[in-house]
Amino acid sequence: MSLKAFHLIFVSMMTALALGFAIWGFVNQLPWLGLASLGVAGLVVFYGFYFLKKLKKISYL
Amino acid sequence: MEIPYTVKPRPDTGIYNAKVGIWLFLASEVMLFGGLFSAYVLLRVGADEGYWPHGWLDVRLGTLNTVLLALSAITTLLAWVACKVGQFGRFKFFHACTMALALTFLGVKMYEYHDKWIHYEIKLKDGRFADGHMIASDDTSVTIEGRYVTDEKALYDLRSQGPIPRDEIKISRSDILSMENYGPWHNTFLALYFTLTGLHALHILGGTLVIGYLWGPGSRMWKKDPERFTNRIEVSGLFWHFVDLVWIFLFPVLYLT
Repeated sequence: MSLKAFHLIFVSMMTALALGFAIWGFVNQLPWLGLASLGVAGLVVFYGFYFLKKLKKISYL
Repeated sequence: MEIPYTVKPRPDTGIYNAKVGIWLFLASEVMLFGGLFSAYVLLRVGADEGYWPHGWLDVRLGTLNTVLLALSAITTLLAWVACKVGQFGRFKFFHACTMALALTFLGVKMYEYHDKWIHYEIKLKDGRFADGHMIASDDTSVTIEGRYVTDEKALYDLRSQGPIPRDEIKISRSDILSMENYGPWHNTFLALYFTLTGLHALHILGGTLVIGYLWGPGSRMWKKDPERFTNRIEVSGLFWHFVDLVWIFLFPVLYLT
Protein backbone atom coordinates (compact mmCIF):
# COMPACT_ATOMS: atom_id res chain seq x y z
CA MET A 1 0.00 0.00 0.00
CA SER A 2 1.49 3.34 -1.05
CA LEU A 3 1.42 6.62 0.82
CA LYS A 4 -1.38 7.70 -1.50
CA ALA A 5 -3.61 4.81 -0.35
CA PHE A 6 -2.71 5.35 3.30
CA HIS A 7 -3.44 9.06 2.94
CA LEU A 8 -6.86 8.16 1.57
CA ILE A 9 -7.52 6.06 4.69
CA PHE A 10 -6.30 8.95 6.83
CA VAL A 11 -8.65 11.39 5.07
CA SER A 12 -11.57 8.97 5.59
CA MET A 13 -10.76 8.68 9.29
CA MET A 14 -10.43 12.45 9.63
CA THR A 15 -13.87 12.82 8.05
CA ALA A 16 -15.31 10.30 10.53
CA LEU A 17 -13.61 12.13 13.41
CA ALA A 18 -14.95 15.51 12.29
CA LEU A 19 -18.48 14.07 12.01
CA GLY A 20 -18.16 12.41 15.42
CA PHE A 21 -16.87 15.66 16.91
CA ALA A 22 -19.86 17.46 15.41
CA ILE A 23 -22.23 15.01 17.11
CA TRP A 24 -20.30 15.47 20.38
CA GLY A 25 -20.69 19.23 20.04
CA PHE A 26 -24.46 19.03 19.51
CA VAL A 27 -24.90 16.53 22.36
CA ASN A 28 -22.92 18.76 24.74
CA GLN A 29 -24.94 21.90 23.92
CA LEU A 30 -22.16 23.43 21.83
CA PRO A 31 -24.00 23.99 18.52
CA TRP A 32 -21.32 26.34 17.15
CA LEU A 33 -18.75 23.57 17.61
CA GLY A 34 -21.06 21.04 15.95
CA LEU A 35 -21.61 23.30 12.96
CA ALA A 36 -17.90 24.13 12.67
CA SER A 37 -17.04 20.43 12.78
CA LEU A 38 -19.59 19.69 10.07
CA GLY A 39 -17.92 22.40 8.00
CA VAL A 40 -14.51 20.84 8.62
CA ALA A 41 -15.87 17.42 7.63
CA GLY A 42 -17.10 18.94 4.35
CA LEU A 43 -13.70 20.55 3.77
CA VAL A 44 -11.87 17.28 4.42
CA VAL A 45 -14.15 15.43 1.94
CA PHE A 46 -13.52 18.17 -0.64
CA TYR A 47 -9.77 17.93 0.00
CA GLY A 48 -9.97 14.12 -0.39
CA PHE A 49 -11.49 14.35 -3.86
CA TYR A 50 -9.05 17.14 -4.82
CA PHE A 51 -6.05 15.09 -3.72
CA LEU A 52 -7.31 12.00 -5.57
CA LYS A 53 -7.73 14.02 -8.74
CA LYS A 54 -4.24 15.53 -8.43
CA LEU A 55 -2.55 12.19 -7.70
CA LYS A 56 -4.42 10.22 -10.35
CA LYS A 57 -1.20 8.91 -11.92
CA ILE A 58 0.37 7.63 -8.68
CA SER A 59 -0.17 3.95 -7.85
CA TYR A 60 -2.09 2.70 -4.82
CA LEU A 61 0.47 -0.06 -4.38
CA MET B 1 27.74 -4.66 -2.66
CA GLU B 2 24.53 -3.11 -3.83
CA ILE B 3 21.44 -3.50 -1.66
CA PRO B 4 18.74 -5.12 -3.82
CA TYR B 5 15.22 -3.78 -4.39
CA THR B 6 15.68 -0.32 -2.87
CA VAL B 7 14.06 1.22 -5.94
CA LYS B 8 12.68 -1.51 -8.16
CA PRO B 9 9.86 -3.69 -6.83
CA ARG B 10 10.76 -7.16 -5.68
CA PRO B 11 9.10 -9.69 -8.05
CA ASP B 12 7.46 -11.78 -5.32
CA THR B 13 6.03 -8.92 -3.21
CA GLY B 14 5.48 -6.38 -5.97
CA ILE B 15 6.91 -3.54 -3.85
CA TYR B 16 10.40 -2.38 -2.86
CA ASN B 17 11.92 -3.88 0.28
CA ALA B 18 11.74 -0.83 2.56
CA LYS B 19 7.98 -0.69 2.06
CA VAL B 20 7.62 -4.33 3.08
CA GLY B 21 9.77 -3.53 6.12
CA ILE B 22 7.77 -0.51 7.25
CA TRP B 23 4.47 -2.37 6.90
CA LEU B 24 5.77 -5.25 9.01
CA PHE B 25 6.89 -2.70 11.59
CA LEU B 26 3.53 -0.91 11.48
CA ALA B 27 1.77 -4.26 11.98
CA SER B 28 3.73 -4.70 15.22
CA GLU B 29 2.81 -1.14 16.19
CA VAL B 30 -0.88 -1.89 15.64
CA MET B 31 -0.50 -4.75 18.13
CA LEU B 32 1.26 -2.48 20.64
CA PHE B 33 -1.32 0.30 20.54
CA GLY B 34 -4.15 -2.22 20.11
CA GLY B 35 -3.14 -3.86 23.39
CA LEU B 36 -3.12 -0.51 25.17
CA PHE B 37 -6.49 0.48 23.73
CA SER B 38 -7.88 -2.88 24.88
CA ALA B 39 -6.51 -2.19 28.36
CA TYR B 40 -8.26 1.18 28.29
CA VAL B 41 -11.60 -0.38 27.33
CA LEU B 42 -11.39 -3.12 29.97
CA LEU B 43 -10.30 -0.77 32.76
CA ARG B 44 -12.95 1.75 31.87
CA VAL B 45 -15.74 -0.82 31.75
CA GLY B 46 -14.57 -2.15 35.11
CA ALA B 47 -14.34 1.26 36.79
CA ASP B 48 -16.52 2.01 39.82
CA GLU B 49 -19.70 3.97 39.12
CA GLY B 50 -19.02 7.72 39.27
CA TYR B 51 -15.27 7.35 39.50
CA TRP B 52 -14.33 7.69 35.83
CA PRO B 53 -13.17 11.25 35.03
CA HIS B 54 -15.04 13.36 32.50
CA GLY B 55 -13.82 16.73 31.30
CA TRP B 56 -10.35 16.49 32.86
CA LEU B 57 -8.58 17.28 29.61
CA ASP B 58 -8.79 20.53 27.68
CA VAL B 59 -10.75 19.76 24.49
CA ARG B 60 -9.47 23.00 22.90
CA LEU B 61 -5.84 21.87 23.22
CA GLY B 62 -6.72 18.36 22.02
CA THR B 63 -8.48 19.86 19.00
CA LEU B 64 -5.48 22.10 18.29
CA ASN B 65 -3.17 19.09 18.37
CA THR B 66 -5.52 17.16 16.08
CA VAL B 67 -5.42 20.00 13.55
CA LEU B 68 -1.61 20.20 13.81
CA LEU B 69 -1.21 16.48 13.10
CA ALA B 70 -3.77 16.54 10.27
CA LEU B 71 -1.86 19.37 8.61
CA SER B 72 1.43 17.53 9.12
CA ALA B 73 -0.02 14.48 7.32
CA ILE B 74 -0.81 16.73 4.36
CA THR B 75 2.66 18.33 4.33
CA THR B 76 4.25 14.86 4.51
CA LEU B 77 2.26 13.77 1.48
CA LEU B 78 3.16 16.98 -0.36
CA ALA B 79 6.87 16.45 0.45
CA TRP B 80 6.68 12.98 -1.12
CA VAL B 81 4.80 14.28 -4.18
CA ALA B 82 7.41 17.06 -4.55
CA CYS B 83 10.13 14.37 -4.68
CA LYS B 84 8.08 12.39 -7.20
CA VAL B 85 7.95 15.36 -9.58
CA GLY B 86 11.58 16.32 -8.95
CA GLN B 87 11.01 19.53 -6.97
CA PHE B 88 13.62 19.27 -4.25
CA GLY B 89 13.06 22.84 -3.00
CA ARG B 90 9.38 22.18 -2.40
CA PHE B 91 10.24 18.94 -0.62
CA LYS B 92 12.51 20.89 1.73
CA PHE B 93 9.78 23.41 2.43
CA PHE B 94 7.03 20.86 3.11
CA HIS B 95 9.17 18.70 5.35
CA ALA B 96 10.27 21.77 7.30
CA CYS B 97 6.56 22.49 7.80
CA THR B 98 6.04 18.90 9.01
CA MET B 99 8.80 19.29 11.59
CA ALA B 100 7.48 22.65 12.75
CA LEU B 101 3.98 21.20 13.17
CA ALA B 102 5.34 18.16 15.02
CA LEU B 103 7.40 20.27 17.41
CA THR B 104 4.40 22.51 18.08
CA PHE B 105 2.36 19.38 18.84
CA LEU B 106 4.98 18.27 21.35
CA GLY B 107 5.07 21.75 22.88
CA VAL B 108 1.29 21.66 23.43
CA LYS B 109 1.58 18.18 24.90
CA MET B 110 4.28 19.32 27.32
CA TYR B 111 2.04 22.20 28.39
CA GLU B 112 -0.78 19.74 29.07
CA TYR B 113 1.54 17.48 31.07
CA HIS B 114 2.78 20.43 33.10
CA ASP B 115 -0.80 21.47 33.81
CA LYS B 116 -1.49 18.02 35.25
CA TRP B 117 1.82 18.01 37.13
CA ILE B 118 0.97 21.15 39.13
CA HIS B 119 -2.66 20.12 39.68
CA TYR B 120 -3.18 18.71 43.19
CA GLU B 121 -5.95 16.93 45.04
CA ILE B 122 -5.55 17.59 48.76
CA LYS B 123 -7.41 15.52 51.33
CA LEU B 124 -8.02 17.54 54.50
CA LYS B 125 -8.38 16.28 58.06
CA ASP B 126 -11.94 17.67 58.27
CA GLY B 127 -13.04 15.30 55.45
CA ARG B 128 -13.14 17.92 52.69
CA PHE B 129 -11.05 17.95 49.54
CA ALA B 130 -9.19 20.91 48.07
CA ASP B 131 -8.47 20.64 44.37
CA GLY B 132 -6.53 23.02 42.15
CA HIS B 133 -3.24 24.19 40.71
CA MET B 134 -0.32 24.78 43.01
CA ILE B 135 0.71 28.41 43.30
CA ALA B 136 3.08 28.29 46.25
CA SER B 137 4.31 25.84 48.84
CA ASP B 138 6.50 26.11 51.93
CA ASP B 139 7.07 24.24 55.19
CA THR B 140 3.93 25.58 56.85
CA SER B 141 1.33 26.02 54.09
CA VAL B 142 0.26 25.23 50.55
CA THR B 143 -1.49 27.73 48.27
CA ILE B 144 -3.57 26.54 45.34
CA GLU B 145 -5.94 28.12 42.85
CA GLY B 146 -8.97 25.90 43.07
CA ARG B 147 -11.96 24.96 45.19
CA TYR B 148 -13.18 22.89 48.13
CA VAL B 149 -15.55 19.94 47.71
CA THR B 150 -17.10 17.72 50.35
CA ASP B 151 -17.65 14.68 48.09
CA GLU B 152 -14.67 13.37 46.14
CA LYS B 153 -17.05 12.29 43.37
CA ALA B 154 -17.57 15.97 42.54
CA LEU B 155 -13.98 16.04 41.28
CA TYR B 156 -14.62 13.36 38.67
CA ASP B 157 -17.39 14.56 36.38
CA LEU B 158 -16.39 18.13 35.57
CA ARG B 159 -18.25 18.29 32.28
CA SER B 160 -21.69 18.19 33.88
CA GLN B 161 -20.82 20.98 36.37
CA GLY B 162 -20.33 23.83 33.90
CA PRO B 163 -17.78 26.58 34.67
CA ILE B 164 -16.10 25.90 38.01
CA PRO B 165 -15.26 28.90 40.23
CA ARG B 166 -11.63 28.95 41.32
CA ASP B 167 -10.25 30.93 44.22
CA GLU B 168 -6.87 31.28 45.80
CA ILE B 169 -6.85 28.93 48.78
CA LYS B 170 -4.16 28.86 51.46
CA ILE B 171 -4.08 25.62 53.44
CA SER B 172 -2.02 25.01 56.54
CA ARG B 173 0.08 21.85 56.28
CA SER B 174 -1.20 20.76 59.70
CA ASP B 175 -4.74 20.53 58.16
CA ILE B 176 -3.61 18.22 55.34
CA LEU B 177 -4.14 14.48 55.59
CA SER B 178 -2.63 13.68 52.18
CA MET B 179 -1.94 15.37 48.88
CA GLU B 180 -1.12 14.07 45.43
CA ASN B 181 -0.65 15.67 42.03
CA TYR B 182 -2.41 14.53 38.86
CA GLY B 183 0.46 12.30 37.75
CA PRO B 184 0.04 8.79 36.31
CA TRP B 185 -0.15 7.40 39.86
CA HIS B 186 -3.24 9.45 40.74
CA ASN B 187 -5.82 7.12 39.19
CA THR B 188 -6.42 4.64 36.37
CA PHE B 189 -7.53 7.29 33.88
CA LEU B 190 -4.36 9.34 34.32
CA ALA B 191 -2.19 6.21 34.20
CA LEU B 192 -3.77 5.36 30.84
CA TYR B 193 -3.62 8.97 29.66
CA PHE B 194 0.10 9.33 30.37
CA THR B 195 0.92 5.87 28.99
CA LEU B 196 -1.02 6.25 25.76
CA THR B 197 -0.13 9.87 25.02
CA GLY B 198 3.44 9.44 26.28
CA LEU B 199 4.05 6.49 23.96
CA HIS B 200 2.42 8.42 21.14
CA ALA B 201 4.56 11.49 21.87
CA LEU B 202 7.68 9.29 21.76
CA HIS B 203 6.59 8.13 18.31
CA ILE B 204 6.13 11.76 17.25
CA LEU B 205 9.59 12.57 18.57
CA GLY B 206 11.14 9.56 16.79
CA GLY B 207 9.34 10.42 13.55
CA THR B 208 10.50 14.02 13.80
CA LEU B 209 14.11 12.90 14.25
CA VAL B 210 13.89 10.68 11.16
CA ILE B 211 12.19 13.40 9.12
CA GLY B 212 14.81 15.85 10.38
CA TYR B 213 17.60 13.53 9.24
CA LEU B 214 16.00 13.09 5.80
CA TRP B 215 15.51 16.85 5.58
CA GLY B 216 19.11 17.58 6.61
CA PRO B 217 22.12 15.29 6.14
CA GLY B 218 20.06 12.43 4.65
CA SER B 219 18.90 14.63 1.77
CA ARG B 220 22.35 14.33 0.16
CA MET B 221 21.08 11.09 -1.36
CA TRP B 222 18.79 13.14 -3.60
CA LYS B 223 21.80 14.07 -5.79
CA LYS B 224 23.09 10.54 -6.41
CA ASP B 225 19.93 8.41 -6.14
CA PRO B 226 16.71 10.48 -6.22
CA GLU B 227 14.39 7.48 -6.67
CA ARG B 228 15.74 5.74 -3.59
CA PHE B 229 15.52 8.98 -1.64
CA THR B 230 11.89 9.42 -2.74
CA ASN B 231 11.15 5.91 -1.47
CA ARG B 232 12.69 6.82 1.89
CA ILE B 233 10.39 9.83 2.07
CA GLU B 234 7.42 7.59 1.31
CA VAL B 235 8.41 5.14 4.05
CA SER B 236 8.82 7.93 6.61
CA GLY B 237 5.47 9.30 5.43
CA LEU B 238 3.79 5.93 6.03
CA PHE B 239 5.10 5.90 9.59
CA TRP B 240 3.97 9.48 10.09
CA HIS B 241 0.48 8.70 8.83
CA PHE B 242 0.26 5.76 11.21
CA VAL B 243 1.19 7.99 14.16
CA ASP B 244 -1.43 10.51 13.03
CA LEU B 245 -4.04 7.75 12.77
CA VAL B 246 -3.28 6.66 16.34
CA TRP B 247 -4.00 10.22 17.49
CA ILE B 248 -7.34 10.18 15.62
CA PHE B 249 -8.32 7.33 17.97
CA LEU B 250 -6.67 8.80 21.07
CA PHE B 251 -8.35 12.19 20.83
CA PRO B 252 -12.00 11.06 21.09
CA VAL B 253 -11.20 8.27 23.55
CA LEU B 254 -9.34 10.49 26.03
CA TYR B 255 -10.70 14.01 25.47
CA LEU B 256 -14.33 13.54 24.46
CA THR B 257 -15.58 10.61 26.53
